[in-house]
Amino acid sequence: MRITYPHMGNLYIVVRALFTNLGLDLVLPPPTSRRTVELGVRYAPEFACFPLKLNLGNFLEAWELGADTILMAGGVGPCRFGYYAQVQKEILDELGKSMEMVVLEPPDVSWREVRDKIRCLVGDISWWRIFKAIRFAWYKARAVDTVEERVLFLRPRTYEPHRLEEYRRQALRRIDEASDKREMDEILRDFNNQCRALPLRSGPFLRVGFVGEIFTVLEPFANYDMERRLGLLGVEVTRSIYLSAWINEHLFGGLLRVKGMEHVDKLAAPYLNSFVGGHGQETVGSTVEFGKQGYDGVVHVAPFTCMPEIVAHSILPAVSKDYGIPTLTFYLDEQSGEAGIQTRLEAFVDLMAARREKRRKENL
Amino acid sequence: MIKVGIPRALLFYFYYPLWRAFFTELDIQVVVSPETNKRILDAGLRTALGEACLPVKLFFGHVLELSGKVDYLFVPRLISVEHKEYICPKFMGLSDMLRVRLANLPPIIDTALDVSGRRGLDWSHFFEKVGSIFTRDRHLIKRAYCSALEADKNFRRLLKSGLLPPEAMDAADGISEAAATSVASPGFLKIGLLGHPYNLYDSYISMNLIGKMRQMGASVVTPASVSDDLIDNQTKRLPKRLFWTLGKQMIGSALTFFENEKLDGVIYLTSFGCGPESLVGELVKRWAKHRGNPPFMMLTIDEHTGEAGLVTRLEAFIEMIKRRKKNEDHVPSYGQPVHCC
Repeated sequence: MRITYPHMGNLYIVVRALFTNLGLDLVLPPPTSRRTVELGVRYAPEFACFPLKLNLGNFLEAWELGADTILMAGGVGPCRFGYYAQVQKEILDELGKSMEMVVLEPPDVSWREVRDKIRCLVGDISWWRIFKAIRFAWYKARAVDTVEERVLFLRPRTYEPHRLEEYRRQALRRIDEASDKREMDEILRDFNNQCRALPLRSGPFLRVGFVGEIFTVLEPFANYDMERRLGLLGVEVTRSIYLSAWINEHLFGGLLRVKGMEHVDKLAAPYLNSFVGGHGQETVGSTVEFGKQGYDGVVHVAPFTCMPEIVAHSILPAVSKDYGIPTLTFYLDEQSGEAGIQTRLEAFVDLMAARREKRRKENL
Repeated sequence: MIKVGIPRALLFYFYYPLWRAFFTELDIQVVVSPETNKRILDAGLRTALGEACLPVKLFFGHVLELSGKVDYLFVPRLISVEHKEYICPKFMGLSDMLRVRLANLPPIIDTALDVSGRRGLDWSHFFEKVGSIFTRDRHLIKRAYCSALEADKNFRRLLKSGLLPPEAMDAADGISEAAATSVASPGFLKIGLLGHPYNLYDSYISMNLIGKMRQMGASVVTPASVSDDLIDNQTKRLPKRLFWTLGKQMIGSALTFFENEKLDGVIYLTSFGCGPESLVGELVKRWAKHRGNPPFMMLTIDEHTGEAGLVTRLEAFIEMIKRRKKNEDHVPSYGQPVHCC
C-alpha cells in the first residue's frame, strides 16, 4: 500500500512524521506547481473550488510516482470539502487511474469508523505506538508554526529578507528531518539565534490580519505567496489560523486546549449569527478581533465560488464600518494574475499607510 | 392588519403554501413580491455582492420590492430542513447579508429552522417561535400550524400528480383548473428537467424555459414530481450520504430520470457559480454516461444570458432527440451504435 495525500502548506512535514513512525509507505506528491494546476483544472469540474482542483492535480502527480491509496479528510457539510473525495474518486476512476480512497470523516460521524479506518491503514501496531506517532507529529506541527509565526514578525523588520527566507527554509527542512523532540528544540533554538543576529529596522509597522478559507490561507501556492508579498511591502501579517489549530479542530475534534476559533464565533454573532460552513463565521469573527486590536487592515482570501466566504465577504463591509478597519478580498483560482495581485496589495498598503498618517496628524 | 412580506424567490416555490396558510390563520396579511422583472433583477444586481449567485442576487431585488410596503419581512434562516442536511451556506446567512447590505428594511423575521438535530429544533418549534412574534395565544399558533401542514400536504399532492409548483399553487386556489389539464395533455417528447426550483419556476430568469420546451412539443417532468421515498431510495446508492437537500433531490431525480425509459432526454439547468451544483452536476453528468447515456444537456444561466443562445441550444437538443427517435436503431454520426445487434 503506497499512500499519498493532498498538499496544504507545510502539512507534508506533519504527515511525513506521522507516516514514517507508523511504518507506512508515503508517496509525497511533488510540490504544487503550475503543472499540478494544469492537471487539476483539466479534469476537475469547471466551477469546483480551487482546492479541489489542486488536490486532484496532487493525486495525479502522486499516481505517476506509484501511489495507490489516497488519504483524505472528509466533512459533513455544508462546505463542499465534505464531498471532495467522492467526486475526485469518480474522476480518477474514469481516467483509469483508480486509487483507493481512505476518507477520515470528522469524529462526530463515528469514532468507531475512524478507528476501523486507522486499523485498516496501519495494520497491527499497538495503540501506544500510534499515540506516540501522533504526539510526535503534533510536536512537529507546533514547531512549524513557531517558525512561521517568527518569520511573519521578522519579514517587515529585516534588512535582509533573502537571508530570512533561507533561515526559514533551513529550519523547516531540519524539522522535517528531525527524529525526536530534543532535536526539534535544538532546531528552534538555532533558528532563533540566527534570527537574533539579523539587523532589524525599528517600527512602527503596518499590521494586517490575514483571514479567510483555511486552504487558501495556509497554502502559499494558492494565495500567490501573499504573506511574503505583504511582508516585503513592510507589513506585519498576523494569520487568523495556524496549521496546528486546524489539526486540533478537525482531526482531534478540539481535544487539545490550543487557542482555537470558538471565541471568534462569538465575536461574529452580531453580524453573522449562524455558522455557515467552512470558515465563514471565523472570517467575520477574526476581522472583528483584528478591528478591536487596532490593526490597520484585513486581507481576506477565498477560492472563487466559495459559498461560506461569499457570505462572509457580503458582511465584512459592516465590520469594516463599525471598527474602521479596511478590508480587501481576493478570490483565488487558476486564473489569478500575479501582477494584478501585487498591484492591489501595494495600493492597499499605501491606503493603510495614508490612513495611519492622517490619524497621527489628527492626534498631534 | 399586520402585513408580512414574502419575497418571490429562492424557496418560495417550495414553501409558499405552507407559510401563507400559517400567516393567514393568524390573521396576518401576506404580501408577495410581484413576478420577477427587469427592475427587480437590476435592483438585486446593484445591491448584492458581485460574487453571489444569481438566485441570491434576485432575492435581494425581491426584498427591495417589498421593503416599505410591509411591516415585517419573512426571511427564515433555513439551516436544515431535513435531518443532517443543509441547503446552502448562503441560505444560512441570508438575513445577515440583507441587513448589512440594504438600508431601511422593515424588521426581518429570521427565525432559524434547523432540524439537523444539533439544537433539537424542529418544525413545530419553528412555527411556535414565529407565531409568538404576533400573538400570545398558543392555541391559535397550534391551529395555524395544523392548517399550514394541511395546505402543504395538499400542495405536495398536487405536485406529485405532475403539476409544476406555480401551477399547483394556482390549482390549490382553484384559480385555474385549466392549467392542470393543459399539463396532462401529452407532448410528442417527454423531457426531464433538473434544476433548483428557484431557477426552474422563475420564468424570467429561466427565460421561460419550461414554456419554450412545451411550445416545441415536449412535456416536462421536474424533480417536484419525484416522490421523496424514491429520491431517498435512489440516493442510498451514493458512496457517501449527500448533505445538501437540493443536491440530494437533483441526484435522486436524475437517477430516476435515467432509469425512466419513457423519458427522451434530460436537461440540467444551473446558475453560474452555484457551489453545490458544481459537484452535484459533475456527478450527474458522469453518471448519465454510465447509465445508458441518455441525451443530456447542461444549461448555465446568469444575469447576462442572451436568450438567443439558450433557444438555439434548446432547439438543437430537441431536434437531435427527434431525429434519434425517428431513426432509432441506426448508427449515429458519432461513436457507438445506439443499439448494437
